[in-house]
Amino acid sequence: MSSSQTPAEPDASAAVVTDEPSRTHQILREIVTGNALLSFLAIVLALLIGSILIAATDDAVQSSLGYFFSRPGDTFVAIGQAIGGAYDALFRGAIFNINRTSFVDQIKPITETLTFATPLIAAGLGVALAFRVGLFNIGGRGQIIMAAALGGWISWSFDLPVVIHMVVAVAGAILGGALWGGLAGLLKARTGAHEVIVTIMLNYVAYYLVFFLLRTPGALQAPGSNNPKSPAALETAVLPNLSDLIGVGSFRLHLGFVLVIAATIYVWYLLNRSSMGFRFRAVGENPNAARVAGINVKSVYVAAMLFAGGLMGLAGASQVLGTTTSGFSAGVDAGIGFDAITVALLGRSKPWGVFFSGILFGALKAGGYTMQASQGVPIDIILVVQSVIVLLIAAPPLVRSVFRLPAPGSAPRRRAARLAEGAAK
Amino acid sequence: MTTTAALNADREVARVRDLKTPIGLAVFAIAALLMGFAFPRDGETTFRLSTGSDFIQLPALVVPTVGFVAAVAVLMVLMVFGALAFSFLHPRGKSPLWLVIVFVALALFAFLTWAAAGKTIPLPGLLIGALALSTPIIFGALGGVVSERVGVVNIAIEGQLLFGAFSAAVVSSVTGQPLLGLLAAMIAGMLVSLVLAVFAIRYIVEQVIVGVVLNVLVMGLTNFLYSTVLTANTAQFNSSVRFPSLEIPILSQIPIIGPVFFQQTIIVYLMYIAVFGVWFGLFKTRWGLRVRSVGEHPTAADTVGIDVNRTRFWNVLLAGAIAGMGGAYFTLDSVSAFGKEMTNGMGFIALAAVIFGRWHPIRATLAALLFGFATSLQSVLGIIGSPVPSEFMLMLPYLVTIFAVAGLVGQSRPPAADGKPYIKS
Repeated sequence: MSSSQTPAEPDASAAVVTDEPSRTHQILREIVTGNALLSFLAIVLALLIGSILIAATDDAVQSSLGYFFSRPGDTFVAIGQAIGGAYDALFRGAIFNINRTSFVDQIKPITETLTFATPLIAAGLGVALAFRVGLFNIGGRGQIIMAAALGGWISWSFDLPVVIHMVVAVAGAILGGALWGGLAGLLKARTGAHEVIVTIMLNYVAYYLVFFLLRTPGALQAPGSNNPKSPAALETAVLPNLSDLIGVGSFRLHLGFVLVIAATIYVWYLLNRSSMGFRFRAVGENPNAARVAGINVKSVYVAAMLFAGGLMGLAGASQVLGTTTSGFSAGVDAGIGFDAITVALLGRSKPWGVFFSGILFGALKAGGYTMQASQGVPIDIILVVQSVIVLLIAAPPLVRSVFRLPAPGSAPRRRAARLAEGAAK
Repeated sequence: MTTTAALNADREVARVRDLKTPIGLAVFAIAALLMGFAFPRDGETTFRLSTGSDFIQLPALVVPTVGFVAAVAVLMVLMVFGALAFSFLHPRGKSPLWLVIVFVALALFAFLTWAAAGKTIPLPGLLIGALALSTPIIFGALGGVVSERVGVVNIAIEGQLLFGAFSAAVVSSVTGQPLLGLLAAMIAGMLVSLVLAVFAIRYIVEQVIVGVVLNVLVMGLTNFLYSTVLTANTAQFNSSVRFPSLEIPILSQIPIIGPVFFQQTIIVYLMYIAVFGVWFGLFKTRWGLRVRSVGEHPTAADTVGIDVNRTRFWNVLLAGAIAGMGGAYFTLDSVSAFGKEMTNGMGFIALAAVIFGRWHPIRATLAALLFGFATSLQSVLGIIGSPVPSEFMLMLPYLVTIFAVAGLVGQSRPPAADGKPYIKS
């Protein structure tokens, strides 16, 4: 029983848990405490880069470049048309379509934006919550897939009364995501396995597992079908359209958006007003101090990943019970799990920040499809814009130097200058 | 009291860890016993050892399925006892590596025999496919090893491979010179690395975030350019000239090994050189000593006069060049056109190989070969019809990695300063 016989092992396992957070957390804190102006400038810069790409690949611009020196004006007109057309389409697809007649139809794009934003916000909250605890949850894809599998399965295999069925299916999806996320948290807490690696790997495991179930008759595959696709959700389990509920228009926006608003409020409450949220943030700020203060860091990791996975599950529920209820394939997450990382970073890991950055990215997505359809600009440009936004937001000194902004306080500036000096050497 | 309880718990873990190898082997032995006795499959299994064009023709190897699998299973059980004996005879000793290697080979052979009962396994095809699938993973893993050994986490391997594949396709198509394509791929990998290095070292952004975002950025960029430029003019931009297959005299005539290893393109031969070069460089040269010291203990390295951030910067670029070569394999060896997201998660498997190979170039290469073999086996078994669903074979690398990082398959410990920026104080 004497502690002198302690093998070296505990040290090593403790080191895994304690070593890396301090730096990570410092940086995450920096991300959280940045200001809104920088976010705005980052978005502007990213859109500018997007414009350059659009103009450079535009046919009219390229052909007018052929005679640039005889008529340079043509090139600028073509560039203007390419960029103007693209962003006009983006606006029409995302916010307000002036070409429609009735007001309800004119504002339909904004409901599309909110429809796209719904899973993005839920998943973004999942990433942000984990961030606040100092965990990096890249496992959104796997968690959404598992959530869709469980929630989807409940949505077509049981005959339940109207409201109850929906509640049970949503709860099932949340549970599916929570368990898959909790698994990563458990591995982190028990063995010190880095959650980034574990969640990336669990994404693939979930994908292949659900793909297998989707192509196996009697599991998740739609009866009588040979495709790896599930049956449609029963009417009783579907999240009702908001336009059906209020009796106006024919929008795709569904009850999931209301759930996501509730989730945002809940996460805000959880993080800022509850004792569990206090423990979460304490571990996120400094796990060593939290441990000394008597907080069980390991169980906080598990709990945080359960919550994060549950929020991903809500995104999965919105996918299979709200947006597309006609059955799902293994690609059900549609990149939301990764988009969520950018949403959380742009929202600086704060619940309402995530909410609004989710709406921004939803708008980019909704507008991106219109842009693709009407201007022939591939939707992938949105990925470029999003990732540039996040890169810039993660590096405030870069944005400041581009716009020649003063650094807040003199200390950071000196540090930046010293670093620049160091890099130049 | 709680402290002593915790310490005891840790000691329990330490003791269990000594038995890890026998326990791991026992799992495989039980699986083999199940294959041999609980689910016996009738018939004979044929292993084809030569292809029609081989210099030396070997006769096919035919074994009776049930008897062979049962015999191997019994042998494996005996070897588990052997491993147990080793762990008890040497309190700190582990089972020797040769035992594990022979065991794994036997297990594989038994599984192949069982899975292909009554069918023929084309062994050369299986191995050629394995090497083909492994080559980009090996390049990616070597890039990961170099980058992480110098202390910069490289999640962007996927992006480096993808951008390498894209650039190689475009440059080789435009110039008609595969060698220029290869060069372009290396430069492309370095460009991705450049962004990683600048953001990680100059702006001290969390390296995992930069890596993840870079993958999305490269994906968006290549998808965008593919949809706009490449598809508009496939003949000019996306019909790359591939490297011819070079036969090495004499060596290529060795049965089985010859056609697999020595009838390849220059990229594969470069891969052999790269594996040796990175191993030799890291462990036998001054460069390697510096790289490792910067990755393990940057402060100490700085004290003896090594410029930590400059060392990191250039070696991250080197890592990008190596991974970029792996990207070239896709479009200069495998197929002669770039396709959207054609690397298909290989970069993440390479990351898994880095971790599973414990940040060692040779072990990472072996891990990559294992993953390539699993994928090739899956496709061969898919053709001849296998009792194991292909999804579970595809899942294997990811599951193995999770076990590896969870410390169930030997401790995997990253370089001490991996992912930690160095700020000179």
